[in-house]
Amino acid sequence: MSPDAPDKAALPSGPHDIGGLPAGPVDRAEHDTAHWEWQIDAMLRLAMQKGALTDFAELRDGIERLTPKDYEKLSYYERWARSLASALLKKGVVSSSALQDKIDEIRERQASRR
Amino acid sequence: MSEHDHSRTFQADHPEPTSEAALTGLALRELLIEQGVYTADEEQAMIAAMQGASPENGARIVARAWEDDSFKERLLANGAEAIKELGFDLSPLEFTVLENTERVHNVIVCTLCSCYPRTLLGMSPAWYKSANYRARVVREPRAVLAEFGVTVLPDVEVRVHDSTAELRYMVLPQRPAVSDRLSEPELAALVTRDSLIGTQRELASAI
Amino acid sequence: MTGPRYRPGQRVRIAARTPAVHHRVPAYVKGKVGTIERVCGKHGEPERHAAGKSLVLRRLYRVRIAQQELWDGYQGAPQDKLDVEIFEHWLEDEV
Repeated sequence: MSPDAPDKAALPSGPHDIGGLPAGPVDRAEHDTAHWEWQIDAMLRLAMQKGALTDFAELRDGIERLTPKDYEKLSYYERWARSLASALLKKGVVSSSALQDKIDEIRERQASRR
Repeated sequence: MSEHDHSRTFQADHPEPTSEAALTGLALRELLIEQGVYTADEEQAMIAAMQGASPENGARIVARAWEDDSFKERLLANGAEAIKELGFDLSPLEFTVLENTERVHNVIVCTLCSCYPRTLLGMSPAWYKSANYRARVVREPRAVLAEFGVTVLPDVEVRVHDSTAELRYMVLPQRPAVSDRLSEPELAALVTRDSLIGTQRELASAI
Repeated sequence: MTGPRYRPGQRVRIAARTPAVHHRVPAYVKGKVGTIERVCGKHGEPERHAAGKSLVLRRLYRVRIAQQELWDGYQGAPQDKLDVEIFEHWLEDEV
């Protein structure tokens, strides 16, 4: 390939593959990490430590399979949560009905606290 | 040492998350704890350990390298081994230190996700995880650096490092012109988080 | 255990594949030519990890690419560089 004619860019392999895409100014504002976000982070590491997940690659793969719309609208740790759910459901560590029941339970708990 | 001044906007105590995705995460967590995969105590300990890491760790490594040429050599040759001397262990990841010089300015990114040496630098900044930083710093590093208030002279090479696999990076900033009589902790106090990522080039000579 | 296929200073091309599975090669470097900056250690192949397959170790390298060769109309200095980590199975000899 001639160095004077740069190769046409390869297509992104997923919504995460964004190096070089047009984007806006960097927002430098500092944001504290919320407690629930720390809990998601800890969950990943503990799940790996305890063998429920084998590798960070499982987390990343799940995030990469999000639709572009979801990838953009979900926050960083929301993406982690979605990916972890996908991985743990796939492995049968949790069932989708148990997960849905638990989500409903948490919502009720939150509602009763308001 | 603090790289945030007191005018930074703290988020108020975070309200409980209500989004479907966040609740999914919290639900998973409760199920895993109920199933005995891990305990709430283990979770607390893990969070405390993560919160205990900060850029002060990286700053200690920098200060040692500034003071001790043979440590610096070992650090640049094999970062993972050298930092064990200071009690840090990043294995199996390969820790790679990038030395800033008069001729070279280094800046780090992970375009594909946000890999970051958390043990040595604490939690990554929101901007480091942001799409705008990840997308643009590989393509127009000097423009992004300018947004951070960093102007790199045209005869200095800007070298971007995309953390695409198993290496984790830290910049070794240039030592500011300070007295030789400063102790290592005093030197470490001059090192900011952003200088370890590469979005700051010059360090102040005093806190 | 075979030794590294590439050595520092060698010119290599990064393959231009897009497998359907998780792989740690950004689109913007696919098909590009660079130089081996250093030989790193061996690590688990990401494609296999993501698919839940057994561990296969692959040699990792850092590849240095001139920014002017990566981007049309690069707006920085001619000597600016970009370093990426690429596994051996993604590298080809530059012909």
